[in-house]
Amino acid sequence: MFGPNGAGKTTLLRLLGGLLKPDDGSVTLAASKLGEHMILRAKIGLVSHRTMLYPALTALENLEFAAKLYGTSDAERAARRALERLRVEQVNVPVRLLSRGMQQRVSIARAVVNSPLLLLADEPYSGLDESGAQALTTVLRELKSDGAALVLVTHQLNEGLEIADNVAVMIDGAFARYQSSTDVSRSEYAAQYRDMVTASA
Amino acid sequence: MRNVFAAAWLIARKDLAIEFRTRSAFTASLIFALLGIVIFYFAWDSTAVASVDLAPGVLWVIFTFAGLLGLHRSFGVEQEERAIDALLAAPIERESIFIGKALANLVFVAGVQVVAIPAVGMFYNLPLGRVAPALFTVAFLAAVGLVVIGTLFSAMASNTRLAEILLPMLALPFFVPIVIPAAQATAKLLSGRPIGEALPWLKLLAAFDIVFIVACTLAFPFTIED
Repeated sequence: MFGPNGAGKTTLLRLLGGLLKPDDGSVTLAASKLGEHMILRAKIGLVSHRTMLYPALTALENLEFAAKLYGTSDAERAARRALERLRVEQVNVPVRLLSRGMQQRVSIARAVVNSPLLLLADEPYSGLDESGAQALTTVLRELKSDGAALVLVTHQLNEGLEIADNVAVMIDGAFARYQSSTDVSRSEYAAQYRDMVTASA
Repeated sequence: MRNVFAAAWLIARKDLAIEFRTRSAFTASLIFALLGIVIFYFAWDSTAVASVDLAPGVLWVIFTFAGLLGLHRSFGVEQEERAIDALLAAPIERESIFIGKALANLVFVAGVQVVAIPAVGMFYNLPLGRVAPALFTVAFLAAVGLVVIGTLFSAMASNTRLAEILLPMLALPFFVPIVIPAAQATAKLLSGRPIGEALPWLKLLAAFDIVFIVACTLAFPFTIED
């Protein structure tokens, strides 16, 4: 999902993640209304602008806590595995001592520690170096091949078009465009997107 | 998915681990409590007011404000990196968050009390030994009330830019029904009256605790919804 700042992308993700209640209508996932079934929330992972981590706790402690909240049977193993997938080596260092990029990796690891069937990712590439971005792309591809659905909000058209099956442009709280990513040429799409954003400004 | 109390215990342990590591709120509250005791002591004219008349007021003024210092931190740690969003998105009941936070705050306030009560006893030369069990019962019941109210308003205030000001403004009026019976029961106990005379205040304190526990637990989910 692409769109200019203030278009409503984050609000939509927060609605899908159950952090906001819709004023009208409802969010339906897997034929069930979100909010009615707690089990649905256990299948959702969330990555946000903020890391949603506790700076005083280590990366491993943060992930173990998250895994336990989601009822994962072997929380420590799940936490270590998620950190390995994101190539986080300093697992026993308090998060506040890690670089911003590394904190972002831990945050993404936290979001996938419960092996979500729906990952909601808001600007997950921001703050990541090349290695982190590669690790993230790999994890997103793995989740996809495992059958998970991803909703990715990004300003980086190339990464978005590379990963997504469907791409959308949100402007003023509505989808201005929604199509299969196979139907688009990257250069044309980028030019059209710039025009749409300029016209909406 | 976890049941309400298992998730609450998990959250409480996490909060205590953070506090144990940073010691920011506990140290601040403890220093405030000890400073308050010392200041009241040096302002006290022992020829005008007996220590048993002054000490209950000193004790509960100190606990109320020392507690507020720590309670403010309770949801502050969740706001730092918006960890509260991860809690809200997790497959747990909202009530678990409240109970977990309140449990951690109770340990925190009890920790301050364990140091501050003997300190008040020492400075004011109070006969704590014989009333210690009853006094700790009063302290515990009052701590429960202060903590549930403080936890609720800490959640409310943490979403605002004026959290430091808003929390005392919201919480202090609701602390009054807890602090009055606690101070009255403490005064009866310290002045050597029979425990039976303190019992009505203890019952009132317990009744307010039950009311506030139920009301705050039910109100909490509405305070953290956007």
